[in-house]
Amino acid sequence: MSEHVQAVPLDQIHRRLGARMVPFGGYLMPMQYSSIREEHLAVRQRAGIFDVSHMGEVAVRGPGALAYLQRLVTNDLSKLSPGRALYTVMCRDDGGIVDDLLVYQDQEAYLVVINAACHDHDLAWMRAQLPGDEVELDDVSAATCLLAVQGPLALDILAPLAEGVDLAGIRYYHHLAGTVAGVPVRISRTGYTGEDGFELYGPAEAAAQLWEAIQHRGGPLGLLPAGLGARDTLRLEAGLRLYGQDIDETTDPISAGLGWVVKLAKGDFRGRDALQAIASAPPRRFVGLSLDARQIARPHQQLYRNQEPVGVVTSGSFSFTLGHGIAMGSVIPGAEVEGGELEVSLRPELGQWAHATVVPLPFYRRPGS
Amino acid sequence: MPELDSYRFTKSHEWVCPQGQGEALVGISDHAQSQLGDVIFLELPSVGAHLKAGSRLGAIESVKAASDLYSPASGEVVEVNPALASTPELVNQDPYQAGWLFRLKLEGDLPAELMDAAAYDSYAQSDPH
Repeated sequence: MSEHVQAVPLDQIHRRLGARMVPFGGYLMPMQYSSIREEHLAVRQRAGIFDVSHMGEVAVRGPGALAYLQRLVTNDLSKLSPGRALYTVMCRDDGGIVDDLLVYQDQEAYLVVINAACHDHDLAWMRAQLPGDEVELDDVSAATCLLAVQGPLALDILAPLAEGVDLAGIRYYHHLAGTVAGVPVRISRTGYTGEDGFELYGPAEAAAQLWEAIQHRGGPLGLLPAGLGARDTLRLEAGLRLYGQDIDETTDPISAGLGWVVKLAKGDFRGRDALQAIASAPPRRFVGLSLDARQIARPHQQLYRNQEPVGVVTSGSFSFTLGHGIAMGSVIPGAEVEGGELEVSLRPELGQWAHATVVPLPFYRRPGS
Repeated sequence: MPELDSYRFTKSHEWVCPQGQGEALVGISDHAQSQLGDVIFLELPSVGAHLKAGSRLGAIESVKAASDLYSPASGEVVEVNPALASTPELVNQDPYQAGWLFRLKLEGDLPAELMDAAAYDSYAQSDPH
């Protein structure tokens, strides 16, 4: 794995704001600016702004684009229309997940948004399955910045900065082209936090202009810059998967609790046969775990029920909203029953354990949703 | 940063600060809290526990990782900071005062190898952690 990391367009701004920078997915990214706790609570109570420009964006064009994408991903893209987006995974023939992604439909093209850490692999994967002239891929990642404004005040902060579009009218998982702070952007009502909010896709060279305008407007309302640390604690509370932890090439979407993005009846797609077989008897189940302590269960820690091993933690952290540890895990069939009491081996060398209860996901739902 | 003349530091980033009458407060350094990030839980000894200098006394857990704590001095635990169970972030916000971990009734002298603030500062700058 290469140690080379690139700077994101807003690198200087993050440093000026005092961010601790860490390598992530091939980029130097802000982990936190003040504290993960402050940033997390800001997003839940007011708003936070995230630079997620490290994500990859690939435009897919041509008369064969829909058919190509339908064979590539598990979800049914016939549900899309211009101005809508959906979440899906793309799988190998054995059903293992190559990546989770968003697919946007626009008037002229589709936009596929992929994880930064998977960028090169996903592009090679997508290119290898191109049918010919009738589909064209255009990797626009380097040319695109992506800022997410998330929280109950996101709309109040962005609406006065928007021209040519009524932000309040954009429904969840819908998107429109417009202008924010004078910058032409695609405005998407999506996010990775479980709060209301928007994701703005714009030209990389305008990233600073967008960021500064949003901070200027939002700062007095309590908007905080938020980094990868808070991004992870927020998405975990919202029960959202992280590729590389909860899902990877050794997991299939059904065993990972993502059966809802697998539409076996839509027609053939990569991995369909394997997923059809898995659907009848998934070998693993995915669970939410609520710890009865402030301690954290961490990836790879072993899960037990009545002293029998039943699975493993895939993601875990502290819930700043709920005040205790939360985790997600992969367990054997039977261990996913809600209310089940499990034990997490925290530090085997010290004989330290935590009690955990199987709970439904998400751990947190924003008020009114 | 508060005045640290009477603080002494271990290589494992704990500090001990004599309070008079044979007692001292113990905590972790600003460098340590900064490396750890948001503290969410502390595993601390009970009142009455006898600690030996250099021995493991518990752990401090942050979002990032759990890290063992080692006693800077020998003594009996006479008080544990009651605020930390509900507000562990005090360790991040004020590691040398409000974020104190526990109070020791010292047994014997402070270990000779403890560093003063200036020596600890140089040590922490070069620390690989």
